[in-house]
Amino acid sequence: MIEKPIMRAEEAVKQIKDGAVIMVGGFMGCGTPLSLVNALDKQGTKDLTLICNDTAIYNPDKNLVTGVAPLVVNKRFKKIIASHIGTNRETGRQMTAGETEVQLVPQGTLAERIRAAGFGLGGFLTPTGVGTEVENGKQIIEIEGKKYLLELPLFADFALLKAKKADKAGNLIYSKSARNFNPIMATAAKVVIAEVDEIVEIGQLDPDDIVTPFIFVSILVLNENKKK
Amino acid sequence: MEYTPDKSKIAKRIARFFKSGDIVNLGIGLPTEVANYLPEGVVITLQSENGFVGLGPVPKPGEEDFDLVNAGGMPVTILPGGAFFDSCTSFGIIRGGHLDYTVLGVLEVDQEGNLANYKVPGKLIPGMGGAMDLTVGAKKVIAATLHFDKGNCKLVRRCSLPLTAKGEVDYVVTDCGFFTIENGKFVLQEYFKGYDPDFIIKNTPADIVVSPNCKEIDI
Repeated sequence: MIEKPIMRAEEAVKQIKDGAVIMVGGFMGCGTPLSLVNALDKQGTKDLTLICNDTAIYNPDKNLVTGVAPLVVNKRFKKIIASHIGTNRETGRQMTAGETEVQLVPQGTLAERIRAAGFGLGGFLTPTGVGTEVENGKQIIEIEGKKYLLELPLFADFALLKAKKADKAGNLIYSKSARNFNPIMATAAKVVIAEVDEIVEIGQLDPDDIVTPFIFVSILVLNENKKK
Repeated sequence: MEYTPDKSKIAKRIARFFKSGDIVNLGIGLPTEVANYLPEGVVITLQSENGFVGLGPVPKPGEEDFDLVNAGGMPVTILPGGAFFDSCTSFGIIRGGHLDYTVLGVLEVDQEGNLANYKVPGKLIPGMGGAMDLTVGAKKVIAATLHFDKGNCKLVRRCSLPLTAKGEVDYVVTDCGFFTIENGKFVLQEYFKGYDPDFIIKNTPADIVVSPNCKEIDI
């Protein structure tokens, strides 16, 4: 079995250039690779497109900043594709001010569009959003009397994931609800960088426990600020 | 007759819809409180759309695990027998008709069963999160709302805000009563002690029919 490169976060994000499309795992910051987010922020890469469930929590009054929020605050994105931005007031401000383009996508549709990209599908039909603004500009297809929207796949240049444990081949195991979008995003990007709390030798993970098979993972990074 | 907002009435009434074995998704905020009022002996399973079933209570201070949060990002627990999964499976459960109920908050709900709860153009644009999938997918959609907010009735003839879902709401529970939606009208099934059908009809800018079986409930 071939071992995957293990890099420091700052080294791993070097290949992410201005204008890249990135997917970042996590849900309100839970399951987001913070070492990678911090390294990318420090690197100052700009004009990125973000695909993420939400823009996490930014509430300076309560000293709460989670997940991808620092990248939003430091205006690293020209476009954000997410299902929810309500807990990060800076995203809303940038959207209203016309500084950042924000595209809201229903959460199930977002997950499935990413999956479609990774699973070789040209799109899928969903009843979600029929009769709402979400259907604008989309093909509506009727099957057995029921209306569906044709939703298209969503690809990225890079996926930044967070998992609990990897073996050196890149097989991944997740922790509790920190799994969320991570295993799906692993399939849909050209380069997949997985930040993990622990890296073990090949053969030390039970193949039955592995959620993301090594074939999807390009680079491993050890979480640099592991704390609970 | 005077209106006094009381969210606990809404949560208490909604909790009575459930029977043991139901799979339920509760939205963040008022809907979450429904879990505190389950009748004794009723055991339901709560689904959390960020990726698990078997949602348990909030942990004691100091026992939080930040890998285990609810859809609002707040630390929670998982009950014995619960299970984690990824977001595609979570929304497969939701869209695939495997939820018995979803309970959602409201900006406006109308007599056609339309729900608006994710956007006030130019003012508040939090996003729909999982609400659009939940409303099309769950077997029964319950809209939970105070009857009035800052003097405005939340039940209307026709939603003016962007819709979360078209014609998907089955039940509306406010702190004044419980309504079903039938043939393009709100049908009052129960009114809560302190209010009567006349008061509700007079103060709600929508078409309300009083069910022949309508009764007063002390909740």
